[in-house]
Amino acid sequence: MSSSDPVLTVNGIEVIYNHVILVLKGVSLSVPEGRIVTILGGNGAGKTTTLRAISNLLKGERGEVTKGGIELRGERIENLSPSELVQRGVVQVMEGRHCFAHLTIEENLLAGAYTRRNKAEIAHNLEKVYSYFPRLRTRRTSQAAYTSGGEQQMCAIGRALMTSPSVVLLDEPSMGLAPQIVEEVFEIVKDLNAREKVTFLLAEQNTTMALKYADYGYIMESGRVVMDGPASVLRDNEDVKEFYLGVGGGDRRSFKDMKSYRRRKRWLA
Amino acid sequence: MAEAPGKRTHWDFNWRSANGFKGGTMAFFLETLLGGLMAGMLYSLVALGFVLIFKASGVFNFAQGAMVLFAALAMARFAEWAPAWFGFESKFLANLIAFALAAALMFVLAWLIERLVLRHLVNQEAATLLMATLGITYFIDGLGQTIFGSDIYRIDVGMPKDPAFVLESVFEGGVLVNLEDVYAACLAALLVALLSLFFQKTVTGRALRAVADDHQAAQSIGIPLNGIWVVVWCVAGIVALVAGIIWGSKLGVQFSLTTVALRALPVIILGGLTSVPGAIIGGLIIGVGEKLSEVYLGPYIGGGIEIWFAYALALVFLLFRPQGLFGEKIIDRV
Repeated sequence: MSSSDPVLTVNGIEVIYNHVILVLKGVSLSVPEGRIVTILGGNGAGKTTTLRAISNLLKGERGEVTKGGIELRGERIENLSPSELVQRGVVQVMEGRHCFAHLTIEENLLAGAYTRRNKAEIAHNLEKVYSYFPRLRTRRTSQAAYTSGGEQQMCAIGRALMTSPSVVLLDEPSMGLAPQIVEEVFEIVKDLNAREKVTFLLAEQNTTMALKYADYGYIMESGRVVMDGPASVLRDNEDVKEFYLGVGGGDRRSFKDMKSYRRRKRWLA
Repeated sequence: MAEAPGKRTHWDFNWRSANGFKGGTMAFFLETLLGGLMAGMLYSLVALGFVLIFKASGVFNFAQGAMVLFAALAMARFAEWAPAWFGFESKFLANLIAFALAAALMFVLAWLIERLVLRHLVNQEAATLLMATLGITYFIDGLGQTIFGSDIYRIDVGMPKDPAFVLESVFEGGVLVNLEDVYAACLAALLVALLSLFFQKTVTGRALRAVADDHQAAQSIGIPLNGIWVVVWCVAGIVALVAGIIWGSKLGVQFSLTTVALRALPVIILGGLTSVPGAIIGGLIIGVGEKLSEVYLGPYIGGGIEIWFAYALALVFLLFRPQGLFGEKIIDRV
């Protein structure tokens, strides 16, 4: 991992909502160029807030970065607007898809090209998105609200790709999707990463999937990073297995033999 | 009204409806219908302002009526002052300059509203935004009268005041139409056509529709909300200006112009808050409904239907089709 320079670095940021609620308590992470990095954790761990802090979509939620800094290729970006960040190649795909319901799939994608002015580039990107997501091509004239959940997730990712990004912040792409569709979406993400050299920072609850496709992972709990390491190491870690993969102990166990206590989370010490 | 047939005046129309004249002739029906359509077009124009802002920002802009008055005041006063400022006599030129200045003023107003109010209320409750526009309403009312005075002013853009008779070969005496209304209706139709093109075909129009659907998602892909809001309030400002000019030249520029906004409320309920064509067709239905019911039902129920007919119709719609005729259906996945 240390071989390539980080494209995105987060240094001990603290985020406060509504001036009082401390949500992130010093989160640091670094995302190397051309990799897939994942942030894992349960509900309310701070995954989404971390992504929003980076893409600066916090303001709309009355959130604010009060400490620490965020750098994109060495340049501080905490004070840039989402629009400026998109122009620098950082785009977020929001949790829950958020397609423009009354626009057609194609209009959704074209809306994603708002910051692009070069017509040839837009046409090229559109073709590229259709080649990665052939399903979208067949649904191009349908209103987004009438498409399936998987198609909407693809539309949301495709729409982000229309901005010609170098870093995509992907928030829970697996949410509410059938396992098969989740697999399909993750395959495409991997493909985009390998062929288009797009860097992904992926927030996920689906630990199995995320660790299968990511290169490196951070595990968050109540606003802190509690553990990090290469995906392969995390996959084999006993704690991660117990708490996130649900296969602790290695062997299959009967409920009859279950211990009445859980393994202690060592990082809570 | 003892004049010879063929020499009717436009008083004729009012005389007949005021006396419960049953009409009965096709020509009279057409007259009423046309009168209703023209009046409807003017309602549409005001309704359009509401729809534009609601579509793009989810804000129900209570200040639309105040913007109509403000724009009309600016137009009337600038047309008065311009000849003195620039030293010329031509009325056409005065109107042209007044229009340009008033339009510029509406731009500035839009920018200020975004800067001082909307920017600080991103992602707030709809009710909060509505209250904000209420505040804006009173502010604009006061500001307009402080700058431009509070008397009754005239706008004279050379719209013909005389009625005309058409289809004289088909019906005896012909069908009376008010030329001023015809002009106004054409102007309104042109404006609507331009706006539809803008929304459907341009990049900015698409971005406006995107923002209307989902603020946050639009922001996440780099559409700057602030810029979009300035654009949409500018457009609404121009629509208010055109509405103000037309209504102002009909009724005179006075405070009661702000109440035309209230006349437009049933129109948007009928047509749907989110539909530009809906605003137009809703306006036409209300205009025609008012006139026809006044003339044909009035004698039986009693006069004054014109005043409440639109609201009663809107109420029925709220019960059975709350999104209006053309409003965006609330699409829910089950």
